[in-house]
Amino acid sequence: MKIHEYQAKDLFRNQGVAVPSGQVAFSVEEAVAAADDLGAFPVVIKAQIHAGGRGKGGGVKLAHNRDDVATVANEILGMTLVTKQTGPQGKEVGKVLVEQGLDIAQELYLALLIDRATASILVMASTEGGMDIEEVAEKSPEKIFKLAINPLSGMQGYHGRQVAFALGLTGPAFKSFIALLNRLYTFFVTNDCSMLEINPLVVTADEQVLALDAKVDVDSNALYRHKDLLALRDEMEEDALEVEASRFNLNFINLDGNVGNMVNGAGLAMATMDIIKQAGAAPANFLDVGGGADAEMVENGFRLILADPNVKAILINIFGGILRCDVLAEGVVQAAKKVDLTVPVVIRMEGTNVEQGRKILADSDLALITAVNLADAAAKVADIVGSGGAA
Amino acid sequence: MSIFVDSSTRVVVQGITGREGQFHARQCQEYGTHIVAGVTPGKGGQEMDGVPVYNTVAQAVAETKATASLIFVPPPFAADAIMEAAESGVDLVVCITEGIPVMDMLMVKNFLQGGTVRLLGPNCPGIITPGQCKMGIMPGPIHTPGGPIGVVSRSGTLTYEVVEQLSRQGLGQTSCIGIGGDPINGTDFIDCLAAFEADDETHGVVMVGEIGGDAEEMAADFIQSSMTKPVVGFIAGLTAPPGRRMGHAGAIVSGNAGTALGKIKALQDGGVHVCEDLGHLGALCKEVFI
Repeated sequence: MKIHEYQAKDLFRNQGVAVPSGQVAFSVEEAVAAADDLGAFPVVIKAQIHAGGRGKGGGVKLAHNRDDVATVANEILGMTLVTKQTGPQGKEVGKVLVEQGLDIAQELYLALLIDRATASILVMASTEGGMDIEEVAEKSPEKIFKLAINPLSGMQGYHGRQVAFALGLTGPAFKSFIALLNRLYTFFVTNDCSMLEINPLVVTADEQVLALDAKVDVDSNALYRHKDLLALRDEMEEDALEVEASRFNLNFINLDGNVGNMVNGAGLAMATMDIIKQAGAAPANFLDVGGGADAEMVENGFRLILADPNVKAILINIFGGILRCDVLAEGVVQAAKKVDLTVPVVIRMEGTNVEQGRKILADSDLALITAVNLADAAAKVADIVGSGGAA
Repeated sequence: MSIFVDSSTRVVVQGITGREGQFHARQCQEYGTHIVAGVTPGKGGQEMDGVPVYNTVAQAVAETKATASLIFVPPPFAADAIMEAAESGVDLVVCITEGIPVMDMLMVKNFLQGGTVRLLGPNCPGIITPGQCKMGIMPGPIHTPGGPIGVVSRSGTLTYEVVEQLSRQGLGQTSCIGIGGDPINGTDFIDCLAAFEADDETHGVVMVGEIGGDAEEMAADFIQSSMTKPVVGFIAGLTAPPGRRMGHAGAIVSGNAGTALGKIKALQDGGVHVCEDLGHLGALCKEVFI
């Protein structure tokens, strides 16, 4: 789960991680009041959305006086910000962070993340702050310093020194950096972060190190033990259908194709999407109904898929193991009666009790199209979509 | 032969009195697996389907000589359960639990480092040696005993799909292993590939991967350098959008890393027969393996 920059900075502040003074504003008036509180100009006004690249998209601007603040805040609030990470449709800005401007001597890059291959917490640091780090990694990988930390030992003194030396820091900035890194590490571990990125991390003219930006991603599996973080979820930043799906405990991702699909198991769901594409159509979603799908889940799945006006056909692909095909078929029949199925549905079932399942579907009055195997299912779906005039 | 489990495997089920644990312990037993003990703290002394329940894994192992543990403990308690099993003297720990915090698995993984216990999972369907031992939640009847094919996969139902196609082509399995869909897991592709390579009865391997991480790329290197047996590969997630977790916590493309195309290319470079069309995987296997 992602959180906003201003939320991350509030948490940082509580942890003793140095950040510039500032506060969030939801209106022009609040932005002006926030600038008044800061008491000095310039201030920086930053759009708060869950995507990087805000500066380039025009979502981060400097204001030199009160009037400036009002003008800039008015410009940014309500704008549709398009960045590399938002996709072409962009994201509407509902809030801005009004922050003190700093006298910056140097911009650095710092990130903590989980390294899968070594099962460690990886510190990534670079002197190339403020740049697109993937670009730096591609063009000059030697400028990125990486250090793996064993979670059993945690961050020791030498870890911090290694990173600080690698960044070429000296004097007060060296000390200031190490203090910040130690606190960030603690923050990362105690809050079950999966990724934490500060770009840029700045050294000020008076040699203090502060987090000028803050991108934090929290492990969704750990939210049960972080009710405080769960409260920071911003549903406005998520796809409306996906928010609804999460209420039904369905694993759903909205995509821009025309074939809805409902599958049990994440791997098979991905493979089913791939097959739809190979057959010449495009998947409209990812939906894993899991191992215990019942009529209610299938019904909710239908509703989610049908809420997308692009959907011209639905493919249900179930490998019955623990979830028996007869139970699933019963669920589909019941759900289909409750939901107004406005598009053709192709069903492919395999596994436990598949014969009974197919009989239940055949005996129902529903116009369901049965497929005998995966290849057959994909071809049938492609036929429908092709003749349906979509895509 | 087979790898990791066979008819001599004696299984203790952690969380046997829970809904999932009870259901699947029963299913495993019906398949013929020796379920010798269960563990639920506080329920020691009870019985579940004739299986004695103990308070601790150590106790269960001491009294029943269990050699492997199968875990159905909810996510908040799963890391604890894995470490308890690891210290109890069993050789193999299979953790089915989905949704364990990554930070917990980081601890577990480093805790197990250097020890001799093998962890399978978490977030996996488990392992089956058809006709001998089912230690997991996979449907038993789709499997065909006797080999000659080994199966290793990051997925659950997708593995069943693969196994079903193999069986339909008359290709039996030596062992089928789900290594799990989490970013941090125990046994990896390479461990399983090496074991299949060393297993006389296994003549070929099907490896099922998906987007995220670089386990498939590392496996491809291993296959090229150290395997003589043919490998058929499949990668799910060609159409997955970057930056999104596709159900499995570990299935995510980050920037240019972990893409299906990159993995397919790595496997092809490693000499793997990559199946581009899941609908015809069984047929491809017949071509490659026979």
